[in-house]
Amino acid sequence: MGGLTLAKILLEMKNITKTFPGVKALDNVNLQVEEGEIHALVGENGAGKSTLMNVLSGIYPYGTYEGDIIYDGEVCKFNTIKDSEAKGIVIIHQELALVPYMTIGENMFLGNERGSKFKINWNETGELATKYLKTVGLKEPQSTLIKDIGVGKQQLVEIAKALAKNAKLLILDEPTASLNEDDSKALLELLLKFKKEGLTSIIISHKLNEISYVADKITVIRDGATIETLDKETDDISEGRIIKGMVGRELSDRFPKRESNLGDVMMEVKDWNVYHPLYSERKVVDNVSINVKKGEVLGIAGLMGAGRTELAMSLFGKSYGENISGKLFLDGKEVHLNSVQDAIDHKLAYVTEDRKGNGLILSNPIKINTTLANLDAVSNHSIIDKDKEYGVAVEYKEKLGTKCPTVEQNVGNLSGGNQQKVLLAKWMFANPDILILDEPTRGIDVGAKYEIYCIINQLVSEGKSVIMISSELPEILGMCDRIYVMNEGKIVGELDGKEATQELIMSHILKAGK
Amino acid sequence: MNKAKALDIVKKYTMILVLIIVTAFFAWQTEGSLLLPMNISSLISQNAYVFILATGMLLCILTGGNIDLSVGSVVCFTGAIGAVLMMNKGVNMYVAILVMVLVGTLIGAFQGFWIAYVRIPPFIVTLAGMLAFRGLSNVVLDGMTVSIKEQEDFVNLFGGGANCYIPDFFGGNGLNITCLLVGIVAAVIYIVIQLKNRIDRSRKGYEVESLTGMLVKTVLIVAVIIAFTYKLAQHKGIPTVLIWVMIVVMVYGYITSNTTTGRYFYAVGGNEKATKLSGINTNKVYFLAYLNMGFLAALAGMVTIARMTSAQPTYGQNYEMDAIGSCFIGGASAYGGTGTVPGVIVGAVLMGVINLGMSLMGVDQNMQKVVKGVVLLAAVIFDVVSKRGGKLISKN
Repeated sequence: MGGLTLAKILLEMKNITKTFPGVKALDNVNLQVEEGEIHALVGENGAGKSTLMNVLSGIYPYGTYEGDIIYDGEVCKFNTIKDSEAKGIVIIHQELALVPYMTIGENMFLGNERGSKFKINWNETGELATKYLKTVGLKEPQSTLIKDIGVGKQQLVEIAKALAKNAKLLILDEPTASLNEDDSKALLELLLKFKKEGLTSIIISHKLNEISYVADKITVIRDGATIETLDKETDDISEGRIIKGMVGRELSDRFPKRESNLGDVMMEVKDWNVYHPLYSERKVVDNVSINVKKGEVLGIAGLMGAGRTELAMSLFGKSYGENISGKLFLDGKEVHLNSVQDAIDHKLAYVTEDRKGNGLILSNPIKINTTLANLDAVSNHSIIDKDKEYGVAVEYKEKLGTKCPTVEQNVGNLSGGNQQKVLLAKWMFANPDILILDEPTRGIDVGAKYEIYCIINQLVSEGKSVIMISSELPEILGMCDRIYVMNEGKIVGELDGKEATQELIMSHILKAGK
Repeated sequence: MNKAKALDIVKKYTMILVLIIVTAFFAWQTEGSLLLPMNISSLISQNAYVFILATGMLLCILTGGNIDLSVGSVVCFTGAIGAVLMMNKGVNMYVAILVMVLVGTLIGAFQGFWIAYVRIPPFIVTLAGMLAFRGLSNVVLDGMTVSIKEQEDFVNLFGGGANCYIPDFFGGNGLNITCLLVGIVAAVIYIVIQLKNRIDRSRKGYEVESLTGMLVKTVLIVAVIIAFTYKLAQHKGIPTVLIWVMIVVMVYGYITSNTTTGRYFYAVGGNEKATKLSGINTNKVYFLAYLNMGFLAALAGMVTIARMTSAQPTYGQNYEMDAIGSCFIGGASAYGGTGTVPGVIVGAVLMGVINLGMSLMGVDQNMQKVVKGVVLLAAVIFDVVSKRGGKLISKN
């Protein structure tokens, strides 16, 4: 740079504030990206990185947020993704947006077809596709179907697709999350090559070693606010330094106190292995051995995609995965749970992270959702005693403090926190000894979170065991007696709840990630 | 009563209101002949198969908007088998009935297996069934009409032929006293059940609906029952087939609203993943829906050949559409998870009234189809848009 010539600022996001009903996702966020640099965006899950990029790319249109986007010297008001792409801002999402039964070429120009509206020019499509494939170093013919190439190559197709849109600013959201080491390395090298050719990129990643390797600048986001921007030239950008920025938040008494009263081992899992249901060679849970005691709140920490949900669901009557192997002991006896019904009969409950998708029937009232997993308890020879059902629903509504006019109310009309309480009520009514709570406070406000923590404390004081899966480290630290750290399907650490810190957990994850 | 509450009530009883308006319209247009006892009686007999099939179809639709296109052909096929067995093979009537039920149920099980356990889309499985069983009906009947006029017992039992009414045990003159008595008893039973429920609930300290609301509802329903049976009594009494329809409606109304199995149909349609994770065997729920559809198609087959006193390879055509239409008009969601047996019956009656009213007015057959199509589309648009909170255009 020579130190004298000031590099041109390509993108500036000024005081961006974005609110969702009840939550301030971004609070006065600032981001400056210079032309020709690789700028990394880091932060914990839910810190607001993806929201910020969605604002930039027009997924959240102009007017739904406050603040300004200045790109290439002018203030931009994007209403759709098309608007931002027209300016050369192209985002590649973590979940690849490719159609499996179309060819590479067709995918590359989907929504950006060559030729006219009434006649697609397939020759030009093929020619250009081949050209861009060459740029990203992919040797597959463009006529190959997407489903026939691996994830690593699919990621390259996404990049080629972005280049085909004349990208000037490339945004990559967790580009290496599902790639193996070689593919990740190749991708990073490609980014460095593009940088030399003048392309600007923003990369969002949890893999700090990769960030230290490619990034020129690193902006840290925490709780919806920009914390700092580190410059490779002038600042320390070691992993330890970045982690400190990511997690350096004060722990206040956001968690109700509990006297731990631990009993015998309630559940023990030995050498548990699970394979992906579709990609049968992919091991999702790798030789996991864990145990949980009576009256214990056990935390499982890890990043998204670490295999925590998959572990929980495979334990819960094999509701996820193929080729499951390993031993499961409940109260000292080995059991084989082959269906969800088996698991419920053995007093296990799994409270899903996806309450709308996998947990509740939104079009049905609270009372029907409350009894669904244990309908036999309110019925007599499979005839439902509706009065009893109503009584149960009211009892749990009061016990958990669910805010609703009546239990006849459809669950779809409740707030996230109240939906979560209905989901908890459903599984508490199933009367389990062990509750696996998967992200029990995701997407609900602080007050409702506190109430959920109180319910958890109540459950363990009754001698039940709670396994809490959470991506929010403060919550894990504030609530758990013991913590397992999981990464890429493996247990990479076991910590005592009192000694654990965010830095310790993070460094366990990151060490394993190398 | 505030405005929101009034809106809620209108929303809940939309189709009943529409039914009243449509009935009033046709009564006016036909100068009252729509409501003549004879016409009310024939409304029941003509549409008996719709009530039976629509009840079964509701279970399929509840599981997620899945339909069964094969029912018309299965009606024809089971009817054909029954007719051939009784007339050409000299088989005892009860054995024939048993065989028809078994064949229908087996067909249901066969289709249900592919749909539930192999997960072939229901549309495709039942489209194949629709073609195959139509063809097989032709094969069984050898392309001919088989008359079952001589099987008087069978015809009478399923409400066809000349004696298709429950005889009057009291020998009323011009007014069927048995029919009227049945109406009164039904009304009393209804009142007793309502009161018992209310007392039970308030004794346990549960919320009960407002007294006026309950009174208005009870008075209206009792009035409808009495008026309906009085009309029937003025004609020739209770059509035999109404007994079958009532049995089906009451049994399935009970199953869907009061049993665990019934609850599972709604749960699967509302959110299959959540249902599975609640320990419920969702494959079995799909299977049962189609198995049951086959069973009810067999019953509709019996009713159909009894009414026609014959079996023909063309019977049952478009029956599936009548059943599906009734469900959607009656408030079943095209996405599954919502819908009730009483709602579907209201839908079927509405379709029946439109048919009958237009026939009495002498509207062209083809225009009748147009009107039915428009009503069906309007009903589903209403369902979808009201679920979206009143917004007509879906967000892109």
